[in-house]
Amino acid sequence: MVLDPLFQWLYATAAGMTVRENESLFPWLESIHVLAIALVVGSIAIVDLRLIGVSSLDRAVTRLTREVLPLTWVAFVVALLTGALMFISNAVNYAHNFYFQIKILLLVLAGINMLFFQFVVGRNADSWGISAQTTPLRARIAGGTSLILWVGVVAFGRWIGFTLQPHLVGG
Amino acid sequence: MRTQALDNFCAWIERTPLSQAIQVTSWSVPAVQTVHILAIAAVMAAVFMLNLRLLGIVGIDRPLAEVSARIRPVIWWTLPILLLSGAILIVGEPVRALENWVFQLKMTLLVAVIIITLAYQAPLNKDSNFWDATSGRRGAIKLIAIVSLTLWVGIVCAGRWIAYV
Repeated sequence: MVLDPLFQWLYATAAGMTVRENESLFPWLESIHVLAIALVVGSIAIVDLRLIGVSSLDRAVTRLTREVLPLTWVAFVVALLTGALMFISNAVNYAHNFYFQIKILLLVLAGINMLFFQFVVGRNADSWGISAQTTPLRARIAGGTSLILWVGVVAFGRWIGFTLQPHLVGG
Repeated sequence: MRTQALDNFCAWIERTPLSQAIQVTSWSVPAVQTVHILAIAAVMAAVFMLNLRLLGIVGIDRPLAEVSARIRPVIWWTLPILLLSGAILIVGEPVRALENWVFQLKMTLLVAVIIITLAYQAPLNKDSNFWDATSGRRGAIKLIAIVSLTLWVGIVCAGRWIAYV
Protein backbone atom coordinates (compact mmCIF):
# COMPACT_ATOMS: atom_id res chain seq x y z
CA MET A 1 0.00 0.00 0.00
CA VAL A 2 1.26 3.45 -0.98
CA LEU A 3 0.64 4.89 2.46
CA ASP A 4 2.43 2.11 4.34
CA PRO A 5 5.37 4.34 5.36
CA LEU A 6 2.88 6.72 6.95
CA PHE A 7 1.16 3.86 8.79
CA GLN A 8 4.51 2.53 9.97
CA TRP A 9 5.42 5.97 11.26
CA LEU A 10 2.08 6.24 13.09
CA TYR A 11 2.65 2.80 14.57
CA ALA A 12 6.02 3.91 15.92
CA THR A 13 4.78 7.15 17.50
CA ALA A 14 4.72 7.44 21.28
CA ALA A 15 0.92 7.46 21.25
CA GLY A 16 0.79 4.28 19.14
CA MET A 17 3.24 2.57 21.45
CA THR A 18 1.35 3.65 24.58
CA VAL A 19 -1.97 2.22 23.36
CA ARG A 20 -0.21 -0.97 22.24
CA GLU A 21 1.65 -1.61 25.45
CA ASN A 22 -0.81 -0.46 28.09
CA GLU A 23 -3.03 -3.45 28.79
CA SER A 24 -6.17 -1.65 29.89
CA LEU A 25 -5.98 1.37 27.60
CA PHE A 26 -7.22 -0.42 24.48
CA PRO A 27 -10.36 -1.92 26.07
CA TRP A 28 -11.20 1.49 27.55
CA LEU A 29 -10.76 3.16 24.16
CA GLU A 30 -12.92 0.46 22.60
CA SER A 31 -15.61 0.92 25.27
CA ILE A 32 -15.77 4.68 24.67
CA HIS A 33 -15.66 4.06 20.91
CA VAL A 34 -18.70 1.73 21.09
CA LEU A 35 -20.54 4.20 23.30
CA ALA A 36 -19.80 7.09 20.93
CA ILE A 37 -20.76 5.13 17.81
CA ALA A 38 -23.98 3.98 19.47
CA LEU A 39 -24.86 7.64 20.12
CA VAL A 40 -23.89 8.69 16.58
CA VAL A 41 -25.91 5.93 14.93
CA GLY A 42 -28.85 6.14 17.32
CA SER A 43 -29.18 9.92 17.05
CA ILE A 44 -28.77 9.94 13.26
CA ALA A 45 -31.43 7.22 13.09
CA ILE A 46 -33.86 9.57 14.85
CA VAL A 47 -33.38 12.08 12.01
CA ASP A 48 -33.37 9.39 9.28
CA LEU A 49 -36.63 7.86 10.53
CA ARG A 50 -38.19 11.32 10.52
CA LEU A 51 -37.01 11.89 6.94
CA ILE A 52 -38.41 8.53 5.83
CA GLY A 53 -41.69 9.35 7.56
CA VAL A 54 -41.67 6.71 10.31
CA SER A 55 -41.41 8.69 13.56
CA SER A 56 -41.39 12.20 15.12
CA LEU A 57 -43.92 13.20 12.44
CA ASP A 58 -45.37 15.95 14.63
CA ARG A 59 -42.07 17.83 14.60
CA ALA A 60 -40.45 19.71 11.73
CA VAL A 61 -37.26 18.19 10.36
CA THR A 62 -35.25 21.34 11.02
CA ARG A 63 -36.39 21.46 14.61
CA LEU A 64 -35.53 17.80 15.15
CA THR A 65 -32.07 18.24 13.67
CA ARG A 66 -31.43 21.23 15.94
CA GLU A 67 -32.30 19.09 18.96
CA VAL A 68 -30.49 15.91 17.96
CA LEU A 69 -27.46 16.76 15.83
CA PRO A 70 -25.36 18.47 18.55
CA LEU A 71 -25.28 15.12 20.37
CA THR A 72 -24.40 13.41 17.07
CA TRP A 73 -21.43 15.71 16.46
CA VAL A 74 -19.99 15.49 19.97
CA ALA A 75 -20.28 11.69 19.83
CA PHE A 76 -18.76 11.62 16.34
CA VAL A 77 -15.68 13.56 17.46
CA VAL A 78 -15.25 11.17 20.41
CA ALA A 79 -15.62 8.16 18.09
CA LEU A 80 -13.08 9.64 15.69
CA LEU A 81 -10.50 10.33 18.42
CA THR A 82 -10.83 6.93 20.10
CA GLY A 83 -10.86 5.23 16.70
CA ALA A 84 -7.70 7.10 15.63
CA LEU A 85 -5.88 6.05 18.81
CA MET A 86 -6.81 2.39 18.29
CA PHE A 87 -5.81 2.68 14.62
CA ILE A 88 -2.29 3.99 15.25
CA SER A 89 -1.63 1.23 17.79
CA ASN A 90 -1.73 -1.23 14.87
CA ALA A 91 -1.87 1.08 11.86
CA VAL A 92 -0.47 -1.13 9.09
CA ASN A 93 -2.70 -4.08 9.87
CA TYR A 94 -5.85 -1.96 10.23
CA ALA A 95 -5.11 -0.26 6.91
CA HIS A 96 -4.72 -3.64 5.22
CA ASN A 97 -7.84 -5.15 6.83
CA PHE A 98 -10.66 -5.55 4.30
CA TYR A 99 -13.41 -4.82 6.83
CA PHE A 100 -11.64 -1.68 8.05
CA GLN A 101 -11.30 -0.44 4.47
CA ILE A 102 -15.00 -0.99 3.77
CA LYS A 103 -15.94 0.67 7.07
CA ILE A 104 -13.99 3.80 6.13
CA LEU A 105 -15.54 3.74 2.64
CA LEU A 106 -19.05 3.54 4.16
CA LEU A 107 -18.17 6.42 6.52
CA VAL A 108 -17.07 8.57 3.59
CA LEU A 109 -20.27 7.71 1.70
CA ALA A 110 -22.35 8.57 4.78
CA GLY A 111 -20.52 11.90 4.96
CA ILE A 112 -21.18 12.64 1.28
CA ASN A 113 -24.84 11.69 1.73
CA MET A 114 -25.06 14.07 4.68
CA LEU A 115 -23.39 16.96 2.81
CA PHE A 116 -25.67 16.31 -0.17
CA PHE A 117 -28.66 16.50 2.15
CA GLN A 118 -27.37 19.61 3.88
CA PHE A 119 -26.68 21.62 0.74
CA VAL A 120 -28.98 20.13 -1.92
CA VAL A 121 -31.87 17.93 -0.80
CA GLY A 122 -32.59 19.63 2.52
CA ARG A 123 -31.74 23.19 1.52
CA ASN A 124 -35.39 24.18 1.78
CA ALA A 125 -36.18 21.88 4.71
CA ASP A 126 -37.64 24.87 6.58
CA SER A 127 -40.60 24.85 4.21
CA TRP A 128 -41.41 21.13 4.62
CA GLY A 129 -43.61 21.68 7.66
CA ILE A 130 -44.46 18.90 10.05
CA SER A 131 -46.50 16.44 8.02
CA ALA A 132 -44.85 13.24 6.79
CA GLN A 133 -46.32 13.86 3.36
CA THR A 134 -44.30 17.02 2.98
CA THR A 135 -40.98 15.19 3.09
CA PRO A 136 -39.88 14.97 -0.57
CA LEU A 137 -38.94 11.62 -2.06
CA ARG A 138 -35.32 12.77 -2.29
CA ALA A 139 -35.27 13.36 1.46
CA ARG A 140 -36.69 9.87 2.10
CA ILE A 141 -34.02 8.35 -0.08
CA ALA A 142 -31.34 10.33 1.79
CA GLY A 143 -32.71 9.08 5.12
CA GLY A 144 -32.85 5.44 3.97
CA THR A 145 -29.36 5.63 2.47
CA SER A 146 -28.00 7.04 5.71
CA LEU A 147 -29.58 4.26 7.81
CA ILE A 148 -28.18 1.52 5.57
CA LEU A 149 -24.70 3.07 5.52
CA TRP A 150 -24.55 3.42 9.31
CA VAL A 151 -25.74 -0.16 9.88
CA GLY A 152 -22.89 -1.13 7.56
CA VAL A 153 -20.39 0.96 9.54
CA VAL A 154 -21.37 -0.90 12.73
CA ALA A 155 -21.30 -4.34 11.10
CA PHE A 156 -17.95 -3.91 9.36
CA GLY A 157 -16.55 -2.27 12.48
CA ARG A 158 -17.46 -5.31 14.56
CA TRP A 159 -15.97 -7.65 11.95
CA ILE A 160 -12.59 -5.90 12.21
CA GLY A 161 -12.18 -7.32 15.70
CA PHE A 162 -12.60 -10.87 14.40
CA THR A 163 -10.29 -10.58 11.39
CA LEU A 164 -7.45 -8.26 12.39
CA GLN A 165 -3.90 -9.57 12.36
CA PRO A 166 -2.14 -9.24 15.74
CA HIS A 167 -0.02 -6.11 15.82
CA LEU A 168 3.32 -7.91 15.76
CA VAL A 169 2.94 -8.79 12.07
CA GLY A 170 2.99 -5.36 10.46
CA GLY A 171 6.04 -4.00 12.21
CA MET B 1 -19.12 -15.35 41.45
CA ARG B 2 -18.29 -18.85 40.32
CA THR B 3 -19.93 -21.96 41.73
CA GLN B 4 -20.08 -25.64 40.92
CA ALA B 5 -23.73 -25.22 39.92
CA LEU B 6 -22.80 -22.42 37.52
CA ASP B 7 -19.99 -24.56 36.06
CA ASN B 8 -22.46 -27.39 35.46
CA PHE B 9 -25.01 -25.02 33.95
CA CYS B 10 -22.42 -23.61 31.54
CA ALA B 11 -21.27 -27.11 30.58
CA TRP B 12 -24.89 -28.07 29.90
CA ILE B 13 -25.45 -24.98 27.71
CA GLU B 14 -22.29 -25.76 25.75
CA ARG B 15 -23.70 -29.18 24.80
CA THR B 16 -27.02 -27.84 23.49
CA PRO B 17 -27.51 -27.93 19.70
CA LEU B 18 -27.87 -24.13 19.55
CA SER B 19 -24.58 -23.57 21.36
CA GLN B 20 -22.86 -26.14 19.14
CA ALA B 21 -24.23 -24.41 16.04
CA ILE B 22 -22.98 -21.00 17.20
CA GLN B 23 -19.56 -22.45 18.04
CA VAL B 24 -19.04 -23.83 14.52
CA THR B 25 -20.51 -20.87 12.62
CA SER B 26 -17.76 -18.26 12.58
CA TRP B 27 -19.94 -15.38 11.36
CA SER B 28 -22.68 -15.88 13.96
CA VAL B 29 -20.97 -14.06 16.83
CA PRO B 30 -20.03 -10.85 14.96
CA ALA B 31 -23.47 -10.85 13.29
CA VAL B 32 -25.33 -11.12 16.60
CA GLN B 33 -22.96 -8.57 18.18
CA THR B 34 -23.82 -6.18 15.35
CA VAL B 35 -27.54 -6.55 16.10
CA HIS B 36 -26.74 -6.09 19.80
CA ILE B 37 -24.78 -2.86 19.15
CA LEU B 38 -27.49 -1.47 16.85
CA ALA B 39 -30.03 -2.08 19.63
CA ILE B 40 -27.63 -0.39 22.08
CA ALA B 41 -27.53 2.55 19.65
CA ALA B 42 -31.32 2.86 19.80
CA VAL B 43 -31.45 2.59 23.60
CA MET B 44 -28.51 4.92 24.22
CA ALA B 45 -29.78 7.63 21.87
CA ALA B 46 -33.18 7.41 23.58
CA VAL B 47 -31.64 7.37 27.06
CA PHE B 48 -29.41 10.36 26.31
CA MET B 49 -32.22 12.44 24.80
CA LEU B 50 -34.44 11.62 27.78
CA ASN B 51 -31.81 12.31 30.43
CA LEU B 52 -30.57 15.47 28.71
CA ARG B 53 -34.20 16.62 28.90
CA LEU B 54 -34.30 15.72 32.59
CA LEU B 55 -31.15 17.81 33.04
CA GLY B 56 -32.79 20.69 31.18
CA ILE B 57 -30.24 20.70 28.34
CA VAL B 58 -32.33 19.51 25.36
CA GLY B 59 -35.98 19.95 24.37
CA ILE B 60 -36.93 22.10 27.35
CA ASP B 61 -39.71 23.75 25.35
CA ARG B 62 -41.73 20.54 25.72
CA PRO B 63 -43.26 19.11 28.89
CA LEU B 64 -41.23 16.33 30.48
CA ALA B 65 -44.22 13.96 30.43
CA GLU B 66 -44.53 14.38 26.66
CA VAL B 67 -40.81 13.84 25.99
CA SER B 68 -40.85 10.86 28.32
CA ALA B 69 -43.94 9.31 26.70
CA ARG B 70 -42.32 9.69 23.29
CA ILE B 71 -39.01 8.12 24.23
CA ARG B 72 -40.06 5.45 26.74
CA PRO B 73 -41.41 2.97 24.14
CA VAL B 74 -38.04 3.00 22.33
CA ILE B 75 -36.30 1.89 25.51
CA TRP B 76 -38.85 -0.79 26.46
CA TRP B 77 -39.19 -2.19 22.92
CA THR B 78 -35.46 -2.35 22.33
CA LEU B 79 -34.58 -4.04 25.63
CA PRO B 80 -36.07 -7.41 24.49
CA ILE B 81 -33.87 -7.27 21.35
CA LEU B 82 -30.88 -6.60 23.59
CA LEU B 83 -31.76 -9.43 25.95
CA LEU B 84 -32.39 -11.89 23.09
CA SER B 85 -29.19 -11.05 21.16
CA GLY B 86 -27.28 -11.04 24.46
CA ALA B 87 -28.75 -14.43 25.35
CA ILE B 88 -27.63 -15.88 21.99
CA LEU B 89 -24.09 -14.62 22.65
CA ILE B 90 -24.19 -16.23 26.11
CA VAL B 91 -25.40 -19.56 24.70
CA GLY B 92 -22.50 -19.53 22.24
CA GLU B 93 -19.88 -18.94 24.95
CA PRO B 94 -21.53 -19.37 28.38
CA VAL B 95 -18.36 -19.41 30.49
CA ARG B 96 -17.04 -16.24 28.83
CA ALA B 97 -20.09 -14.34 30.10
CA LEU B 98 -21.79 -16.06 33.01
CA GLU B 99 -18.62 -16.72 35.01
CA ASN B 100 -17.17 -13.29 34.23
CA TRP B 101 -17.41 -10.75 37.05
CA VAL B 102 -17.69 -7.89 34.55
CA PHE B 103 -20.77 -9.53 33.01
CA GLN B 104 -22.24 -9.98 36.48
CA LEU B 105 -21.52 -6.32 37.18
CA LYS B 106 -23.16 -5.35 33.88
CA MET B 107 -26.35 -7.22 34.79
CA THR B 108 -26.37 -5.62 38.25
CA LEU B 109 -26.05 -2.14 36.72
CA LEU B 110 -28.82 -2.99 34.23
CA VAL B 111 -31.23 -4.07 36.97
CA ALA B 112 -30.36 -0.92 38.94
CA VAL B 113 -31.03 1.44 36.04
CA ILE B 114 -34.30 -0.31 35.15
CA ILE B 115 -35.50 0.04 38.75
CA ILE B 116 -34.51 3.72 38.81
CA THR B 117 -36.26 4.35 35.48
CA LEU B 118 -39.47 2.65 36.63
CA ALA B 119 -39.30 4.51 39.94
CA TYR B 120 -39.15 8.01 38.47
CA GLN B 121 -41.57 7.25 35.62
CA ALA B 122 -44.27 5.99 38.01
CA PRO B 123 -45.16 9.38 39.60
CA LEU B 124 -44.92 11.00 36.16
CA ASN B 125 -47.72 8.76 34.89
CA LYS B 126 -50.07 9.96 37.62
CA ASP B 127 -49.05 13.62 37.62
CA SER B 128 -47.34 14.91 34.48
CA ASN B 129 -46.05 17.91 36.43
CA PHE B 130 -44.66 15.84 39.32
CA TRP B 131 -40.94 16.48 38.81
CA ASP B 132 -41.43 20.20 38.12
CA ALA B 133 -43.69 20.82 41.12
CA THR B 134 -41.07 21.84 43.70
CA SER B 135 -37.45 22.96 43.57
CA GLY B 136 -36.51 19.90 45.63
CA ARG B 137 -38.00 17.61 42.98
CA ARG B 138 -36.37 19.57 40.16
CA GLY B 139 -33.02 18.97 41.84
CA ALA B 140 -33.80 15.33 42.55
CA ILE B 141 -34.70 14.55 38.95
CA LYS B 142 -31.40 16.07 37.77
CA LEU B 143 -29.53 13.87 40.19
CA ILE B 144 -31.51 10.86 38.98
CA ALA B 145 -30.60 11.76 35.38
CA ILE B 146 -26.89 11.92 36.19
CA VAL B 147 -27.02 8.58 38.02
CA SER B 148 -28.98 6.99 35.14
CA LEU B 149 -26.57 8.26 32.49
CA THR B 150 -23.60 7.04 34.53
CA LEU B 151 -25.18 3.60 34.90
CA TRP B 152 -25.95 3.32 31.16
CA VAL B 153 -22.41 4.39 30.24
CA GLY B 154 -21.12 1.84 32.75
CA ILE B 155 -23.29 -0.86 31.16
CA VAL B 156 -21.86 -0.20 27.69
CA CYS B 157 -18.26 -0.12 28.97
CA ALA B 158 -18.77 -3.31 31.00
CA GLY B 159 -20.19 -4.95 27.87
CA ARG B 160 -16.99 -4.37 25.95
CA TRP B 161 -14.80 -5.31 28.92
CA ILE B 162 -16.38 -8.80 29.05
CA ALA B 163 -14.08 -9.67 26.15
CA TYR B 164 -10.97 -8.71 28.13
CA VAL B 165 -11.50 -10.11 31.63
